[in-house]
Amino acid sequence: MTQRSWDRKDLLGLEDLSAAEIESILDAAVSFKSSEAPKNHSKLSNRTLAFLFSEPSTRTRSSFEVAARRLGAEVLGFSAASSSLLKGESLLDTVRNLEAMGVDYFVVRHELSGVLMPLAPKTKASLINAGDGAHEHPTQALLDLFTLREKKGTLKKLKVVIVGDVAHSRVARSNIFALLKFKAAVTVCGPTALIPHDIASLGVSVSQDLDHALKDADAVNVLRLQLERQKENLVTSLNDYYQAYGLTAERLAKNPDCMVLHPGPMNRGVEISSQAADGPQSAILEQVKNGVAVRMAVLSLIEGWRARHG
Amino acid sequence: MAERLLVKGGLVIDPSQNIESVRDVLIEDGKIAEVRAGLSKQPGLKDAPVLDAQGLWVIPGLIDMHVHLREPGREGDETILTGTRAAARGGVTTVLAMPNTEPPVDTPSAVSFVKSKAVAEGAVRVLVAGAATVGQKGERLTEIVGMVRAGISAVTDDGRPMMNSELMRRALECCKDCGIPFIDHCEDEHLSAGACVNEGRAATAKGLRGMPWAGETVMVSRDIALSELTGAHVHIAHISAAQSVTAVRLAKKRGLNVTAEATPHHFTLCEEDAPGYDANFKMNPPLRSARDREAVLEGLADGTIDAVATDHAPHGPGKKALGLPLAPFGVIGLETSLALGITHLVGKKILSPKKLLERMSAAPARLLGLKDRGSLKKGMLADIALVHPGESWTVEARFESKSRNSPFIGMKLKGQVRATLVGGRAAFRHDHAL
Ligand SMILES: [Zn+2]
Repeated sequence: MTQRSWDRKDLLGLEDLSAAEIESILDAAVSFKSSEAPKNHSKLSNRTLAFLFSEPSTRTRSSFEVAARRLGAEVLGFSAASSSLLKGESLLDTVRNLEAMGVDYFVVRHELSGVLMPLAPKTKASLINAGDGAHEHPTQALLDLFTLREKKGTLKKLKVVIVGDVAHSRVARSNIFALLKFKAAVTVCGPTALIPHDIASLGVSVSQDLDHALKDADAVNVLRLQLERQKENLVTSLNDYYQAYGLTAERLAKNPDCMVLHPGPMNRGVEISSQAADGPQSAILEQVKNGVAVRMAVLSLIEGWRARHG
Repeated sequence: MAERLLVKGGLVIDPSQNIESVRDVLIEDGKIAEVRAGLSKQPGLKDAPVLDAQGLWVIPGLIDMHVHLREPGREGDETILTGTRAAARGGVTTVLAMPNTEPPVDTPSAVSFVKSKAVAEGAVRVLVAGAATVGQKGERLTEIVGMVRAGISAVTDDGRPMMNSELMRRALECCKDCGIPFIDHCEDEHLSAGACVNEGRAATAKGLRGMPWAGETVMVSRDIALSELTGAHVHIAHISAAQSVTAVRLAKKRGLNVTAEATPHHFTLCEEDAPGYDANFKMNPPLRSARDREAVLEGLADGTIDAVATDHAPHGPGKKALGLPLAPFGVIGLETSLALGITHLVGKKILSPKKLLERMSAAPARLLGLKDRGSLKKGMLADIALVHPGESWTVEARFESKSRNSPFIGMKLKGQVRATLVGGRAAFRHDHAL
């Protein structure tokens, strides 16, 4: 058993986590992924997990659900799709009511940044952030890191390019916070309108030249472009966008060592070409697979905390 | 027999007469009768009631030209009664009530309602600002002349900017004809749409949409141009961005009729001071960068920024619990403004005590054309605050205001108001003092 450093009730984001805490999760995920690992565990067999999603996400939700069931947890089907039910105070009420019914874990997806931060101290249940506004999506970034570490052997000093709509991306923020803890060199690339102001002050480089950014990158994480950004005049046209920032096989061919990540779901032909998405450099399906192991690791570490703190 | 009160032995600080020395102040029938050392020894005053002010500052009551009293319509957040009690506790003796109530103060009868309610219930004096456009919708001008006759002191659509420049021009022309200032909340709503904090590092890290500084500065620059075009007095409310301060400084150099105010939260805090997602730090304009805060301090020091005003904006606790993106903008400020001025402006040598009172009393009186206050000259209203300048206290969530949305809770401040007199009568007395 590896040395683990984890002393938290919740997983709200990666900004406040240490490199050691992140590695604990990744190490635990290794054991859950290994081919010898049993598919059925009992670590969470007395636990109930509920989803609170104010916006739909089949992929993240299914991944959490598979992870929780493999650990033996009971999974509540409830999912509030209506965001009005999940605003401020009423979100707290929802959590407290379900807590009173015996729910121990909440996996929360919310369109507003930061809603979980004031909530966490007000409930004994464990909260896991499955995406809050444009703030963080910690388990997605953890599975990105896991995939990177698996393929590249280490996270130390990797060169990672994050391309696309960084302004509205929680995946980008969680990745940036985490990668910088491992002294990675992170470049964000995209049109100025989609790159948040002052992002360089977080410790990343900014580029508007994807070919240049990709030159000696170890990996490129391609963000999904929400098509409504064009209506908001943040991108002039999808063709323009694809020409400047679309990840194509031709672009990738110039750097065969560059691995391709995408949090999904993909807009093929908008931010990524089919050839690039399905080509030899792509780790996109591997990411999906790793997502289950990483989420099992998060749940089991938190369960360790719960067991210790009764 | 005249009603008298002798305020004895305090350090009188009055920028209007350039006084900063120990004097006695005689009040007769609600007005200042005399300010002189050794008055108490005069034979005719031996029996006058005395307020011992030894060790205290005796200053002109503060005039806060940017206050939201919420009545009518939002009495759950604040009322004229509670808002003016909060003012009195802060040493404020005159407030200018902003018109963005529900419904807005946009007719002469609405003006009369607030004025009569204030006379009946107010702990301090209440001036009324009238809305510039009907319903504050930015579409049609209000009856400005009628509201002036009903007694407004300024016109503003505060809470919102005047996005339509043509309408703004016409409002300014009317204000000029009536001899009152137009107070503008400078914000280009297209540049700030959907944003809840400043556009900067903190917003980026928290994944929040930010308002760029330019959203304020483009409107400040437009207002300067329209003031030059019309000759009207434009007063820039709650200035917050360095580039806006620069624009006002240049306008003043050119002799234009433009003035500005800054709030205590903008001269005390910057975006990096806001912890996590605490909505008590959400205001509009937002807390900006450290560099912007520095520029506000410079503007206060060199007089580019004429006045300190709180933008006292009460919101009940439920609304601030909605989470940063959904919570309403605004913080309360009446009960902490003087102490913040003493701590952060006087304490850090940005302003002398005399200059601080200039910004908080004499200047707002001048900007609003009030000739009977903002000074302790003979014949002025006896609106006076007695302040212990060295007393330290910690801001607690116990306010006279109905709301508790203050970013300063827990902060240690210097300078405490011990008593506030309005027309020579106590509107506030600190429990263990006097
Ligand atoms: Zn305003």
